[in-house]
Amino acid sequence: MRSSRVARTGQYLALVAYLVFLAFPFLWLVSTAFKPARELGSLHPTWIPRDPTLANFRQAFDEQPLLQAALNSLVAAVGAAVVAVLIATPMAYVMARHRTKLSRMATGWVVVSQAFPFVLVIIPLFLVLKNLRLIDSVPGLVMVYVVWALPFALWMLVGYVRAVPAELEEAAAVDGAGRLRTLVSVTAPLLAPGIVATALFAFVTAWNEFFFALVLLKTPEKQTLPVVLTHFIGAEGVADLGPLAAAAFLATLPSLVVFAVIQRRITGGMLAGAVKN
Amino acid sequence: MRARRLITALLLCFLVAGCTGGEGTSDDGRITLRFQSLAWQEESVAVNKELVEEWNAAHPGVEVEYVQGSWDSVHDQLLTSFEGGEAPDIIHDASDDLADFAYGGYLADLRELLPERLRTDIPPHSWETTTFGEGVYGVPFLQEPRVLIANATWLRESGVRIPTPADPWTWTEFREVAKELSGGGKYGVAWPLKEPVSATLNLSLSAGGQLFHRDADGKVEVRFEEADAVVPRTVRDEVNADGSAPATTLGMGGSDTLPGFFGGRYAMVPLGFSYRQQIVQQAPEGFDWQVLPAPAGAGGLTQGVSPQTLSVAEDSPHKEEAAAFIDFLLRPENMVRLALGDWMLPTGTEALRDPALRTTEHDWATGAALAGYLRPAPAQSVRGYPEWKDKVATPAYQEYYSGAIDLGELRERLEDDGNLVLARYQR
Repeated sequence: MRSSRVARTGQYLALVAYLVFLAFPFLWLVSTAFKPARELGSLHPTWIPRDPTLANFRQAFDEQPLLQAALNSLVAAVGAAVVAVLIATPMAYVMARHRTKLSRMATGWVVVSQAFPFVLVIIPLFLVLKNLRLIDSVPGLVMVYVVWALPFALWMLVGYVRAVPAELEEAAAVDGAGRLRTLVSVTAPLLAPGIVATALFAFVTAWNEFFFALVLLKTPEKQTLPVVLTHFIGAEGVADLGPLAAAAFLATLPSLVVFAVIQRRITGGMLAGAVKN
Repeated sequence: MRARRLITALLLCFLVAGCTGGEGTSDDGRITLRFQSLAWQEESVAVNKELVEEWNAAHPGVEVEYVQGSWDSVHDQLLTSFEGGEAPDIIHDASDDLADFAYGGYLADLRELLPERLRTDIPPHSWETTTFGEGVYGVPFLQEPRVLIANATWLRESGVRIPTPADPWTWTEFREVAKELSGGGKYGVAWPLKEPVSATLNLSLSAGGQLFHRDADGKVEVRFEEADAVVPRTVRDEVNADGSAPATTLGMGGSDTLPGFFGGRYAMVPLGFSYRQQIVQQAPEGFDWQVLPAPAGAGGLTQGVSPQTLSVAEDSPHKEEAAAFIDFLLRPENMVRLALGDWMLPTGTEALRDPALRTTEHDWATGAALAGYLRPAPAQSVRGYPEWKDKVATPAYQEYYSGAIDLGELRERLEDDGNLVLARYQR
């Protein structure tokens, strides 16, 4: 009894230590964003700014089109998440439920494709974009993000579909439900957490992506947040630290909001699945 | 990492080749030029945008569009743009990044495009930084010497001789002063040498160190001679023998040493001239600082620099208009505005005479007095230099400064391993 309490305490301590470790960079970023320039150069930095200021935010917005860039990032990330899920969900269902030689080969190929350098994935994409004249366009970028996220999204969803007992679908069929009704009323609610998690993965991947956006988007008005953030960095890595921290802090907010909203849905979906089981 | 990104960019470029956009001319004959600027500080961005607006107001037939680039990714981004046929017409970069683009045929030869005024205003040694083979592929317009930023109060109270451009410290004297200023957990100097190679090579010119020697056939060989050892030996001795420089800053960037400098831990920090802006912004109230010239050796105050440049893309259909815009941007009065915005020195001789750059406020005058000693960085046009720097020189200098290897081994690695690398580029 006593040893289990000690073990539990140790687990909690480890968890707290891990959370502190994870949160440290973000908390420091927030602290830096509100510090005036003189405090940034202090030999004895403090967590709480002694003289908090919004000047870094004002300067960041004055210097760079952050709102436009955030909007571009949002369009690209939401677009990528929605399209990736729309494509991956039916594919994953087929691959999980109909285990033919072909679907097994497809699953294997998806897993292997994750080991490829991304340049191999992007080659056909560029050919397509070239022919469609989608260079320097956000829709073109969304296409790249979808293809980039698709293999892993598919792999994730196959696992989720397999976790839904096929017997539930068979029971619904015995009760007289058609194929579509079974999918919509029985399978989809159980699959919802997986779909949400997959969408989240695609969203965050696209939101943070830098290199494709840098290469594909030429027009300043179309650039995404990660590209615009580099404009606060000068030669030899010298950074305008205050405005950079302020802009980076704002750039992390959408991801946090999406996580906060979707986390509840994931939990809800899991509970729904548990009741049905 | 950088190599992988470059390979990636090259492959991407190959694929997007031919995807050129419009020719930059609208139906009514109006020309649009894209100017990619790397200005990043608030004042500098503002000046660049103002100048673009002034040009556009005065030239209704040729509109310049300001495009914001970033120093962090400019090489890969330009490489991709060149190959994809979507490069900006006017390109802001640094001279040490131009060699590959110039030899690759991506940049226009400016010799016939620039007016006589601009060609004569900028000294020949500055033009050397953008001359590759027979052609000139960029206009060098801003540069900065490496200087000693010093705690003025500390220096005054210590009673050491304060050097001036006319009467600088020698490297020996500098070492003695650093030792004199040290003690009680404080250091005379902090060397931020996260990127040790360019700092060492550029400062070594003051001692007469060349390191790269070109023979009659144009082949380059690394020879580490006595003059090349003066600066490295000074740094190593200060860190490992005198205790006048901390070992902890060897892995830091320049900005990282500022809190210790403001906190009274170091009396001097060798930094680029433009760091004054950060110091003005971040120094505590009442902190008294001043700019001192870097020490001099057999080569006097000479040191190497890689100026910021403006180039024209070879693919630009409007090269003459692009060159005219560069000429406008670099008129003496505009060059002064750009220099003030970036806290750097202009290359143009007329701009350098401007009273705004000769003022004692923020020690502009000290920097301006050093401008005449700035020369092309030793490795400026050496093909294979980036690989030599990354694979051979950086680890070798880092190990030498930390005391892990001696001068003999440093020499051996820079020469033997280094020449093997360079030979591959010179077959």
